[in-house]
Amino acid sequence: MSNHQASATPWWLNQRIRGWIAQLLVIAFVAGFFTFVAYNTQVNMQARGISNSLSFFGQEAGFSVIQSLIPYSSSSTYGRVFLVGLLNTLFVSVIGIIFASLLGLVIGIARLSSNWLLARLAGAFIETFRNIPLLLQIFFFYFAVMQVLPTARQSFDLGGLFFFNNRGVYLPRPVPEPAFWAVVIAFVVAIGGVIWLRRWARRRQEETGQPFPVFWGGFGLIIGLPLIVFFLAGMPLGWSVPQLRGFNFQGGLVAIPEFTALLLALTIYTAASIAEIVRSGILSVSHGQTEAARSLGLPNQRVLQLVVLPQALRVIIPPVTSQYLNLTKNSSLATAIGYPDLVSVFAGTALNQTGQAVVIIGITMGVYLTISLSISLLMNVYNQRVRLVER
Amino acid sequence: MAYVLKDNHPDLPPPRSEVGVVGWLRRNLFSTWYNSLFTLVTLYLLYRAIPPFIDWALIQAHFSGTSRASCTGGGACWVFIGDRLPQFFYGFYPAAEQWRVNIGFAVIVPLLAYLHLPRAPGKLWVGVFTLFVYPILAFFLFSGGLFGLTYVPTTQWGGLMLTLILAFAGIVAALPLGVLLALGRRSKLPILRSVSVVFIEVWRGVPLITVLFMSSVLLPLFMPAHVEVDKLLRALIAIALFQSAYIAEVVRGGLQAIPKGQFEAADALGLSYPKSMALIVMPQALKIVIPGIIVTFIELFKDTSLVVIIGLMDLLGITQAALNDPKWLGFAIEGYLFAGLIYWIFCFGLSRYGLFLENRFHTGHRR
Repeated sequence: MSNHQASATPWWLNQRIRGWIAQLLVIAFVAGFFTFVAYNTQVNMQARGISNSLSFFGQEAGFSVIQSLIPYSSSSTYGRVFLVGLLNTLFVSVIGIIFASLLGLVIGIARLSSNWLLARLAGAFIETFRNIPLLLQIFFFYFAVMQVLPTARQSFDLGGLFFFNNRGVYLPRPVPEPAFWAVVIAFVVAIGGVIWLRRWARRRQEETGQPFPVFWGGFGLIIGLPLIVFFLAGMPLGWSVPQLRGFNFQGGLVAIPEFTALLLALTIYTAASIAEIVRSGILSVSHGQTEAARSLGLPNQRVLQLVVLPQALRVIIPPVTSQYLNLTKNSSLATAIGYPDLVSVFAGTALNQTGQAVVIIGITMGVYLTISLSISLLMNVYNQRVRLVER
Repeated sequence: MAYVLKDNHPDLPPPRSEVGVVGWLRRNLFSTWYNSLFTLVTLYLLYRAIPPFIDWALIQAHFSGTSRASCTGGGACWVFIGDRLPQFFYGFYPAAEQWRVNIGFAVIVPLLAYLHLPRAPGKLWVGVFTLFVYPILAFFLFSGGLFGLTYVPTTQWGGLMLTLILAFAGIVAALPLGVLLALGRRSKLPILRSVSVVFIEVWRGVPLITVLFMSSVLLPLFMPAHVEVDKLLRALIAIALFQSAYIAEVVRGGLQAIPKGQFEAADALGLSYPKSMALIVMPQALKIVIPGIIVTFIELFKDTSLVVIIGLMDLLGITQAALNDPKWLGFAIEGYLFAGLIYWIFCFGLSRYGLFLENRFHTGHRR
């Protein structure tokens, strides 16, 4: 469009001016909305006598929490409550992510198995658990499974080491002795060794063409070195096995029913989705790629490692990351069964006691938003690195 | 002398171990030693799980009766479900008024069915009616207070009825908002774009529970003191805002998949921005993302169950309430199985429907 014609069009048909008008309207709407909300909130909070400060963080909370990873008592502050909730959220999310990945991987591969029965069973698992609300599954595991387990005295006993009863799941707990630090150091050294081994193997292959089995070498180093040090140091690790004393178990590690039910539901629900992602990722690598790699004379393991996996992972990793994110966000359903996560103790109990709705909900949303945005940021960086480069 | 076969030897039948039941078994269940092992272990586990379940759920189960006294044996007590069935469907909606809900659903089902006919006259208007007029009519029908209908406050709505209302109203509100947001995010206008991006990322980055908490705790604070917002409406606002962000991302994917030539062709025809979007771009984009929208809708359907946490009695909420009834304590498994089955039927049906749509709208865009 030439300048002459542009000046001939009336100003209200000019694209640029229209764009600016639209944007000004959006700004006016957003600003108006926030002013309206802020004004109302201020009036309402004054009417209810709520002050809008963070000073309540230093006050004594006065309620107890059934599971905390850091020392906590009912005389701790609300700031401490926030930390306890945040750590519990992260704790159940991390363990859930590990379990869901393993289970999802196994089921995804099983669904592709040539074994008809196994493939069908994996399919049934996926279709069942993907199509039932997560909250219902959490309720099921909590109210229909954990609470009908027998009492502590009659608990299910697995080899005298694991016990299942309505107070939770009891496992043996490792108790490191002072000399155990040597094993930890050996482990750190082994990790360093693996990094060095990788570099050395790559350089050697580039120079001489000789490949080195880095995987098995590294595996041996990481497992073997700490194990040798462990035996040399005289096995400095004891086990605290749960034992029935009176009405309850003493010693060992206990997973409370709320945690167990939440973890089970999160794991199974997310694993069903991850299984589908794994399946589609593996199927996305065209068979021609495998054939081409074979015809180059690569052995099976190298075909998988150098050709199939890198291409499948490009498809698998982004959606799996958003599943991890979903799992972390879904852990907030803990509040429905009373597992003390961030939403439950902070946006629940602390909010009810202090009435600081605006600040508390704002902080809670901010925490989840920070987690989500940091993960998406990392994912974008990863995507930039592995995406297909075309023309 | 030459030993040469002059005519073709007839094809030999395949070995007996390769055809029929035996062949199928060898190929699919016992092809290698570890496959045989998997098969045997799986069969054993199924044997340990399925017969006892059938025994509990069907053979030893109790179906008739009115109180828990009818459930004597060790089997499932479906009497409990039968006794509570109206509540599972209608919540605490008065029994004398439940015909209104029935009418509401009797109207929507043929409407939806009509919309799915491949070619039907006036489909556009039926669609507009279903999406925008029907919800308003249904609201007045269900809540009453007009034309001599008894007033039924939304606090008495519940059960599957409430779940369906939340899901349907949620998608109706979220779809247009999501399309607008997607267009905003793809817009060249910087302010419009950043507002859309912030909106989408904020709602997608937080759990639905916190959004529901926000709507139930903060919305009354945000409104002038005399404005009373209905609890159900608050939940709906939360669900619609939350879901529109997901829809927006799905639609954006579709917009990105449209070749640049289509936009250019629309410009070359001299179409204005709204016209080129409405006539050229959106129909193609929406067609591509139908599976994505269905998946989002399934997620929405499952997520409506979270309203339990802010005290609404949807299907899951009614199940929880039924399980806490002192007259019927101890039937948690039956209750959850029943509610889970209903959710499963809807979600599984929807996902199959999504596959069907994908095939029907398949116009060669997939290669």
